[in-house]
Amino acid sequence: MKKQVLSLIGGRLAIALITLLIVSSAVFFATALLPGDTAAILLGQAATPEAVAGLRKAMHLDDPALLRYGRWLIGLFTGDFGASYANGRPILDLIGGRFINTLKLAGVTTLFAVPLALFLGITSAMLRGTLYDRVVTLCTIGLISIPEFMVATTAVLVFSVTLGWLPALAYANDVKSFGELLRVFAMPVITLTFVVSAQMIRMTRAAVVETLNTPYAEMALLKGASRPRIVLRHALPNALGPIANAMALSLSYLLGGVIIVETIFNYPGVAKLMVDAVATRDLPLIQTCAMIFCLGFLILTTLADIVAILANPRLR
Amino acid sequence: MTHSVPESVPRPAAAPRRKPGYRFNLVGIIGLSVLLFWAVIAVIAPWVIPYPVGEIVDYDALGPMTAKFWLGTDYLGRDILSRVLMGARYTVGISLASVTLACSLGVTLGMIAAVSGGWLDTLLSRFLDAMNSIPSKLFGLVVVAAVGSSLPVLVLTMAVIYVPGSFRFARALAVNINTMDFVTAARIRGERTPYLILSEILPNILGPVLADLGLRFVFTVLLLSGLSFLGLGVQPPYADWGAMVRENIGGLAFGAPAVIFPCVAIATLTISVNLLIDNLPQKIRDRSDA
Repeated sequence: MKKQVLSLIGGRLAIALITLLIVSSAVFFATALLPGDTAAILLGQAATPEAVAGLRKAMHLDDPALLRYGRWLIGLFTGDFGASYANGRPILDLIGGRFINTLKLAGVTTLFAVPLALFLGITSAMLRGTLYDRVVTLCTIGLISIPEFMVATTAVLVFSVTLGWLPALAYANDVKSFGELLRVFAMPVITLTFVVSAQMIRMTRAAVVETLNTPYAEMALLKGASRPRIVLRHALPNALGPIANAMALSLSYLLGGVIIVETIFNYPGVAKLMVDAVATRDLPLIQTCAMIFCLGFLILTTLADIVAILANPRLR
Repeated sequence: MTHSVPESVPRPAAAPRRKPGYRFNLVGIIGLSVLLFWAVIAVIAPWVIPYPVGEIVDYDALGPMTAKFWLGTDYLGRDILSRVLMGARYTVGISLASVTLACSLGVTLGMIAAVSGGWLDTLLSRFLDAMNSIPSKLFGLVVVAAVGSSLPVLVLTMAVIYVPGSFRFARALAVNINTMDFVTAARIRGERTPYLILSEILPNILGPVLADLGLRFVFTVLLLSGLSFLGLGVQPPYADWGAMVRENIGGLAFGAPAVIFPCVAIATLTISVNLLIDNLPQKIRDRSDA
């Protein structure tokens, strides 16, 4: 039986790798094959035909697209991401510190969002049909239906304009004390927590409700077990797999949120770097950032699938 | 946001079945009327706006709500009410165009994959699943960075982003229909794929597909607003609701109506579509659940 699990997980990993390859080609060809001569753009005013031709040669832009793609891919794997078009600095240097920043933001958010979502999701499934459940459901539907920047603006309106607790816009560059760090992190983390946990609450609630509808949960009810006991003792252990799956899947929504949140709060992370790179059409930088995000997304969704496989007791 | 959350709010078992019919319940009616309101506004906006959209009508920028300017003025002193009403054209229009494109393509491919099966099915499914694992906003960023932003680019990009989800949904439904006897009968009497798709499969998955189109419309509105908010969507001098929030974000610190009302407009549109879909008439919902 163990073998079956391993082969399933192996298969899933193989699919992830193939997906990564397809994604990388999509990212590369979406940016590399489109109109606009990169060399001419780079040279700007100084773009004489000879200079453009020289630069094209130096940058290997005249090579066949497939060859350039291969070279780019090998670069990605060996850690050679190339240099930024905008300022010529190695992309690795540009991304380094910012990557840590984004990870910090995502990590802190996860720390808050997961317990919150678990608590609200499980309790609202327990109290299904009550006013509490309806309020939670309505709020999550509302949160899912509005754009991330609206969650951010609402958070600013509530916490800094109306209540005056937090600064409206944060800059993480000159943080000196722990207190300041908290204040800088507060708004982005609050916003992201709202965005991510709405999904998590819905999926957690759905997972628990589904197990509550099973015959063994009904059996527990019939033999007179109390409601909390049915949920915590009978339903929850079986719902753990789907819940963990839901958590990993919801965390992939962090990526979409992080792009908006880093921009709105001027947070120095990879997403902000990427949005800025779009303004300067710095393609190598955009491609690398895009691959980082796709990789993160893929790791999370693959993790979700693997958790689902591991949690299935029939396969153990 | 292409992983659909299972709608698992079971209606109370004791609830009496409504008379068979296509009647909406109250929440559904509210959702439908808000949606219709924005649809009508999108069409008639140029004739009802109180001031020309681009005109600076008040030198008090980011002004409050007054009798003259119902929703205040923006960062240049332009009338917000007029801009919100005109913004409906861009937000609703672009989203509707691209979601229609995405769903017609996705559903067609999905039905073809389900009916033909074999290598074509595998190839399409694998490829589109892979496309699905590019986060939507990211793909938008990359494309806009490469080609620049214009209305056709926006519509096409967002259509491409939502084809995989639509494909997967339609294929799953079509696979079920495909095994039914009437399809087998049609196939045995020698009908070709186009006939099977249009006359046998499509009529039987139309209800759920339309509901799915509604959900995907919400995603598209959110994506468009997000892109516009980042400055990559609708470009000035035109503005959809997301772009309006971006323009006036400077007024956020003192709670200017210029930031709030475009946000409210987006929320009313997306929430009303969600409410409508959650409260579709029984007849349509029965099919959606199948």
